[in-house]
Amino acid sequence: MPVARFWRDIPSRYNLYGSRCGSCGKIYFPTRHICPECRRSSIGRMESYRLSGKGKVYSYSVVHEAPPQLAVLKPYVVAIVEMDEGVRVTGQLVDVDAEKIDIGMRVEAVLRKIGDEGPSGVIHYGFKFAPVPD
Amino acid sequence: MEVGIVSYGAYIPRFRITPIEIGRVWGQDGKAMAKGLYINSKSVPSPDEDVVTIAIAAARSMMRRVDIDPADIGALYVGSESHPYAVKPSGTVVAEAIEASPLISVADLEFACKAGTAGMQAVMGQVGSGMIRYGVAIGADTSQGAPGDALEYSASAGGAAFLIGSENIIARINSTLSYTTDTPDFWRREGQPYPSHGGRFTGEPAYFKHVGEAAKMMMERMGTSPADYNHVIFHQPNGKFPQRMAKMLGFTDEQLSRGLLPPMIGNTYSGAVPLGLASVLDTASPGDRILMVAYGSGAGSDAFDITVTDTIRHFNLAAAPTVASMLENTREIDYATYAKYRGKILMKG
Repeated sequence: MPVARFWRDIPSRYNLYGSRCGSCGKIYFPTRHICPECRRSSIGRMESYRLSGKGKVYSYSVVHEAPPQLAVLKPYVVAIVEMDEGVRVTGQLVDVDAEKIDIGMRVEAVLRKIGDEGPSGVIHYGFKFAPVPD
Repeated sequence: MEVGIVSYGAYIPRFRITPIEIGRVWGQDGKAMAKGLYINSKSVPSPDEDVVTIAIAAARSMMRRVDIDPADIGALYVGSESHPYAVKPSGTVVAEAIEASPLISVADLEFACKAGTAGMQAVMGQVGSGMIRYGVAIGADTSQGAPGDALEYSASAGGAAFLIGSENIIARINSTLSYTTDTPDFWRREGQPYPSHGGRFTGEPAYFKHVGEAAKMMMERMGTSPADYNHVIFHQPNGKFPQRMAKMLGFTDEQLSRGLLPPMIGNTYSGAVPLGLASVLDTASPGDRILMVAYGSGAGSDAFDITVTDTIRHFNLAAAPTVASMLENTREIDYATYAKYRGKILMKG
């Protein structure tokens, strides 16, 4: 991924900035420039909105066939997390053994390395999810 | 102006490996190593963790415990000897992740194991002079020892972040001083993956001389003796050195124990003394006095005399994980997994 493209996404990758429709109040992640429900009445009224980072596991899958960059992590877990704001976000689930994951389990966003452009390339950081400590 | 710690946060990765497991692979007596170093296990970062992610985890915990606008943070320094980039500051990512950008002074510091406390001193100066309202100093490392080297039994990962300011201080820093000489006990040349060290030379003329002198000078300056302190934290490259240092200076095991983490996590380098302080503050009471002396090879020591204030009663410790909780939630791995996680296996490019 080109450096500039990733750089543009830093607010959403680091701090889960999405959008809130100024017309109906619905929250979106990632950022949307138009609300698909309010359509033209949302134009110019979409606000930047930061998700709390907290949510629960809506569904998950254990990945055994990984792309080369993630081979060292396999098997790893990818989850759809239903955030407390209602929007669903996909991300890797870390710091938990696959057999201990339950649907509905409380998780929160943490920042981890999500890849790099080889040993001399830029490192990409972004959110993953981890169980909420007791 | 009073300057001190307003908040702090700690982070220790979840994986652990034991000296017995390392010794098994290299044909060495791991049990004797564990006893000699007083290290029963060391922390290992996940492949998706580095100094930047550890620093961010600690800094976010620090921010959760207080209600402070990140825009009021005027400086952020990350001290480490394992910054993921040679050129591109770790602190830029950390500042962005806690939303303290862009009106902030950021730099990465390096002084072997004491870069975190060097950052605390730099931030104290700026707060004390009124240049900034709050500053953040972080010590974090994911250090490596060469496979089979004695360092491999201790080099681990972790870090802690401190918010320094002059209002709502939970721990006042009464004084700080440094003792620095040119002593080549441990080094890593540019481009080399693993450090080199002078073996036994790292003891008497290096660690014990610098830590001992800095501690004595601080007690002389403050007119104190070991009995005046509730807790003492010395740099902890293993569990044994600080125990010996404490004994040499007249401190008891009880004064040392709260901030002594190597038996559980090994040597977190720049994270070591900051994590020790976090562990002490996690259970500190108002009035507790702390002597803290960091050590960085090369070599130098930073000493701090600290008094816990009444404000700690209202500190929202529960908003983030304590050091004790991170010592419990662990997972042991074998050497093969450790080698894979730490990039010690040659992969097809």
